[in-house]
Amino acid sequence: MKYIDEYRDKNLIRTLAEQIEKRVRRDYTFMEVCGGHTNAIHRFGIPSLLPKNIKLISGPGCPVCVTGKGFIDKAVACSKMKNTIITTFGDLIRIPGSGSSLDKERALGADIRIVLSGLEALEIARGNPEKKVVFLGIGFETTAPGTAVTIKQCEINRINNFYLLNAHKIMPPAMEAIIQDGVALNGFICPGHVAAITGSGMFSFIPAKYNLGCVVTGFEPVDLMMSILMLVNQVNRNLPKVEIQYNRAVTQNGNILAQRYMSDIFESCDTFWRGFGNIPGSGLKLRKEYEKYDAERFITQDIRNQEDDGLCICGDILRGLKVPSDCPLFSVNCVPDNPIGACMVSNEGACNSWFRYRSDE
Amino acid sequence: MKEHVIRGLDTDQMNDFITLNQGSGGKLTHRLIEDVFTKRFGMSEPLTDSAIIKDSTKLTSFTTDSYVVDPLFFPGGDIGKLAVCGTVNDLAVSGAIPRYLSASFIIEEGLPVTDLVRIAESMAEEAISAGVKIITGDTKVVEKGKCDKIFITTSGMGILDPRFEHIGKGERISQGDKLIINGPVGNHSLAVLGARNKLSFKTPIVSDCASLNSLIRHVLESSKEIYFMRDLTRGGLATVLNELAGMIKKGISVNETSIPVDDPVRGLCEMLGFDPLYLANEGKILIVAGRSETDKVLKIMRSDPLGKNSEIIGEIVPDKRNLVLLNTSIGGKRILDMPSGIQLPRIC
Repeated sequence: MKYIDEYRDKNLIRTLAEQIEKRVRRDYTFMEVCGGHTNAIHRFGIPSLLPKNIKLISGPGCPVCVTGKGFIDKAVACSKMKNTIITTFGDLIRIPGSGSSLDKERALGADIRIVLSGLEALEIARGNPEKKVVFLGIGFETTAPGTAVTIKQCEINRINNFYLLNAHKIMPPAMEAIIQDGVALNGFICPGHVAAITGSGMFSFIPAKYNLGCVVTGFEPVDLMMSILMLVNQVNRNLPKVEIQYNRAVTQNGNILAQRYMSDIFESCDTFWRGFGNIPGSGLKLRKEYEKYDAERFITQDIRNQEDDGLCICGDILRGLKVPSDCPLFSVNCVPDNPIGACMVSNEGACNSWFRYRSDE
Repeated sequence: MKEHVIRGLDTDQMNDFITLNQGSGGKLTHRLIEDVFTKRFGMSEPLTDSAIIKDSTKLTSFTTDSYVVDPLFFPGGDIGKLAVCGTVNDLAVSGAIPRYLSASFIIEEGLPVTDLVRIAESMAEEAISAGVKIITGDTKVVEKGKCDKIFITTSGMGILDPRFEHIGKGERISQGDKLIINGPVGNHSLAVLGARNKLSFKTPIVSDCASLNSLIRHVLESSKEIYFMRDLTRGGLATVLNELAGMIKKGISVNETSIPVDDPVRGLCEMLGFDPLYLANEGKILIVAGRSETDKVLKIMRSDPLGKNSEIIGEIVPDKRNLVLLNTSIGGKRILDMPSGIQLPRIC
């Protein structure tokens, strides 16, 4: 299949693995920021192709994992309102809140529907004018423009029963928080789809300020192997910079139209990240003129985000401080069938990927 | 004389929609059963409480399954066809020759009669082509909202040759035996998903829904080294492989590149974040065959229209942990685990 097979070419992968092997001369730790990368790395068995002294750690780029329990609690509260349809991306549906989950509420009779985009949710609102339709907007720069377009469409078509429960976030402040946390890193495998929107320029503060290399990476095995080779070269030459490996989708400046939509609809705000707590300037909130679409207005209780307690180390995993196998609950009490932390629920969560695609070692 | 399906609707006797009255047990129920089911299934009158089967001195295989698919009609099949082939396949993979089926219907009031007739015709047609008889059944009508349009339960009985008794449990499987599947995986699941209008685009994907008993019979008659068979339904290939490894207490090694997946299925899976190895099929089986007979079995399977894309996908290996190991398409290695819960489309 075009655009797939050539990026999964066994011989090309072998050549890249040999090149990496040849150039390795120390220990390297690279962080894949995006959950899509975590999933691909384990699905294709990339670690089994790398020399032992290259360590890949997962970052905070699984949007579902970094969404606080408070957001789920708010979504659950909305789902209990009369005449309300909740529309959500599929991954969110099984995430446990502090008391319930959308999955459980659906079984109890709430009208909760999985959609693939905000525009699909808008169609549901159009078809059900007597109901409130709440769209759960989560994700980074990848999904935020889609939500922005949806709000714009709402405005143009004067749809007045569509609401956004918003937890959109942006990536750079979380990456900076990780560096400031003191995680021992030698470079970032940067999120390709985020960069397709923002442009690779967004990461240039990382080499400039923190002397760490960044390679914007695609999601196929050849992409990942090539990026790892590029990062190894950067470290060996001590020349950290932002490079684009994923050049079939990413440019320096990104998608200007999408950026314009985002800045028209949203403005920057502080927001809560599971595992990190509050990160200044890392969230996106609706601008004043669009606040009428904000579903927060329906939330009457005081719902706050709380950090995970007990033995769960999702927070440390999301910050790159620990790996899933460090967790005493991992694969013992916490498994995909019975997830305790968010990283085990989402397909793109580090624990879930580690568990599903663990190698046989 | 070749059997044929009685088609068409006696509109003058029928309502447009099923009503609770037709589940009352009275005249209307009788008429519904006669008009829709008995004549199409070729059941002999008078209808009694149970069917009597004469050949029960032989080893008998018995199975049951319920069908609740939504939507009722999808590219490549419908709930009726599914209810017949699903149960036929469950019997066939245990080594039995499927003979008789029962069919039980729970119908929601308001179901258009034309839909019910279409379903009955499809069942009759599939039963004829699979060589089984639907000999008993039941019909209930429930209030609106108490079920989703129609649920069907079919039970099946088949005759089992004692030579094949070991197949269901895989008792004779040993290290080095090969795994064969009869074609590409994932089509049924995605055909149903597409028909549910859950996708904002059209796909050319058609369900593989089919009765495999003739293919299976062919294979069993030609080779003495068929050690296990299982249909790859709910949970897909990955689930069956894990169940098998656990049952026989051995390891399984599978090559990702050998597993056939049609391009539209691959493409859609890439987009939605699904793994075709976990998707349900309704016309696919896994066969474990002895090393020395593998090529022969493969050839026989490929000579059948329902097995023309058969492939050897892996083999039984020694492994104390009873794991299924996947050699990935790029030369990596990882565990292929059981799925957890339903697959959900990913966010981005």
